[in-house]
Amino acid sequence: MCALIVPPRDPAPSRWAYRLERLWLTPLFRKAVLKGLPLAALMAIPALWLADDTRRADLAAQIADIRRQVETRPEFMVKLMAIEGASAETDADIREVLPLDFPLSSFDLDLHEMRKTVEGLDAVKTAQMRVRPGGILELTVEERVPAVVWRGEAGLELLDEQGHRVAPIEARALRPDLPLIAGEGADLAVAEALQLIAAAAPLEQRLRGLVRIGARRWDVVLDRDQRILLPAQNAVTALERVLALDEVSDMLGRDIVVVDLRNPARPTVRLSPDAVEEFRRIRRLQTGATN
Amino acid sequence: MTDLYQAQRAMRRMRKQAMDRGVIAILDVGSSKISCLVLRFDGIRPAGGVEQIGSLAGQSRFRVIGAATTRSRGISFGEIHGMHEAERAIRTAVQAAQKMAQVRVDHVIACFAGAGPRSYGLEGQVELSDSMVSESDIARVLAACEMPPIGPGREVLHAQPVNFALDTRSGLVDPRGQIGHRLACDMHLLTVDAGAIQNLVHCVKRCDLELAGLASSAYASGMSALVEDEQELGAACIDMGGGATGISIFIKKHMIYADNVRLGGEHVTSDISKGLHVPISTAERIKTLHGGVVATGMDDREMIDLGGDSGDYERDTRRISRTELIGIMRPRVEEILVDVRARLDAAGFEHLPSRQIVLTGAGSQIPGLDGLASHILGRQVRLGRPLRIQGLPQSATGPGFAASVGLCLFAAHPQDEWWDFDIPTERYPARSLKRAVRWFKENW
Repeated sequence: MCALIVPPRDPAPSRWAYRLERLWLTPLFRKAVLKGLPLAALMAIPALWLADDTRRADLAAQIADIRRQVETRPEFMVKLMAIEGASAETDADIREVLPLDFPLSSFDLDLHEMRKTVEGLDAVKTAQMRVRPGGILELTVEERVPAVVWRGEAGLELLDEQGHRVAPIEARALRPDLPLIAGEGADLAVAEALQLIAAAAPLEQRLRGLVRIGARRWDVVLDRDQRILLPAQNAVTALERVLALDEVSDMLGRDIVVVDLRNPARPTVRLSPDAVEEFRRIRRLQTGATN
Repeated sequence: MTDLYQAQRAMRRMRKQAMDRGVIAILDVGSSKISCLVLRFDGIRPAGGVEQIGSLAGQSRFRVIGAATTRSRGISFGEIHGMHEAERAIRTAVQAAQKMAQVRVDHVIACFAGAGPRSYGLEGQVELSDSMVSESDIARVLAACEMPPIGPGREVLHAQPVNFALDTRSGLVDPRGQIGHRLACDMHLLTVDAGAIQNLVHCVKRCDLELAGLASSAYASGMSALVEDEQELGAACIDMGGGATGISIFIKKHMIYADNVRLGGEHVTSDISKGLHVPISTAERIKTLHGGVVATGMDDREMIDLGGDSGDYERDTRRISRTELIGIMRPRVEEILVDVRARLDAAGFEHLPSRQIVLTGAGSQIPGLDGLASHILGRQVRLGRPLRIQGLPQSATGPGFAASVGLCLFAAHPQDEWWDFDIPTERYPARSLKRAVRWFKENW
């Protein structure tokens, strides 16, 4: 037997509907569903797509391709390199150390690294690089100016004022305008050497060069194998003293082999053997004359 | 008793939590309808952090953001008798109110009409240890009230200090800080059946809600339907509900008596249904649209179609005059009012200075009821509607919502009850750690 009258619908929510409704009215849950869920879905789609290795590789290849296309546009291409302020040999050297294969995209140029390479050359003091509009790589170079010739263990070399190696040289005669220095550690004291050379200007005709002794003090070598032994400290002052003596009594014109100023308080002079003989003879004569 | 004290204190803590969260729900579990209001407290604290009645009797501090009413099921005489039905009805109301408020409610304050309330007047007195009355003295005098034998299976619903007396001065509202030797207090204790409370607590718990307070609906409707001077001078509020009629007597802004007549509008409806042989729903409709208690000559000519779909033409086209309807309704309404009168007499209502009677509740909307009530209850009878609170929908402003609105006021500004004061140190068991802590607190 079935009921004749359908009971009216119960308006009460079921226990679970009620709980869900309350959960939905919870602010944190609501926020998580309304904002967190779409966000998670949005992130999940590309993540799932990228989960495949071949797709990832394809994507990377496509990106690289687009990048290459942009980089190789003619606007970004460098066609030639212009070097300014360099002599012919330096120019050749630079072109040798920078093996650039033009035309080249400016994105592939590592100007910083290239500048370091160029400045690593002995002859280059500073270098500036920039890519000029029109696809020209402009390289402005300031060369080192050789100041002295150094006769070292490895042969003859040109050094600049700071003692930095500029270039090797085959013969001293190729640069007669530059003073010569020699000896161990001479390249470390080029500045002092230049001061001494400047101070020795009155002896310019006779100066052969400077020799570094024991990597600590200088000898001034003149022609006729004359030497001025200078102290480690205040070498310029000592040299000026010698020059003053020379000016007054033409000391260096005499038959002296060594002027020793290593102890500034006690300057010593060594005569040549002939001069010693002569000196003794004169002494004897004087003694005989008096006697 | 200590269990009850702890339970009530726990409910007060819940209410505090709800206030901090700013949202609380009001649940009026009535026999004919269950209404749920969701209140939002805007956190407007009065200056000084002391809760006190501010502007608009303290109701400017909250507004109603959700309201829902549903036909109640499983409830009769203001008590739950079908747990599952009642739970579903509560769930319906709460969900609809939540939906309107768009906010989740976790704390609920509930009221119910039935469960056989019984009032007791207690008194207690203590000698003051200090000459000045302090908070702990009030706790002591409240604890000194002798507990009447309330009987087994009864539970205390309200225990409000009504009056304080200091030496010879009586009628003090707040004796704190006053000087004297002997402090006495009168307390009004309202007990109800423990089973009814447990059922309600269980239903509310099944709805995933926390109970933040319980009140008698007679008390709640008195709070909202009586105006301030009526509460002050002495008045009775008669809440004519569906299954039960609540009575509460107020004086000096305190409830001093509450009772309940287990008769209500549903009995009128069933009388009509039986007398006219119509279904309950038709009887309810006829009562609402054409009901009355005073017949006039005009009512003889006013004919009411009873309707029906039995298929019997004679039966379905019956018509009665309104006088007949009034003839059925009037004896039952009179019976209710006579019962109320008997309760008021038993409570000594005639000794109050102002014997104002306010009829409220949905049953008070019967036309001509005030005239009938003044014959039976006394001269000063008026029909009361609940006071207006912010955001209450128009549909919930009728007298049937007096208890709901009163409960809103109760939630916003509860009266001090016995459990709002700490238990005095002497009442703790000796050797208790709590007692030691309290002793330190009081002496430093």
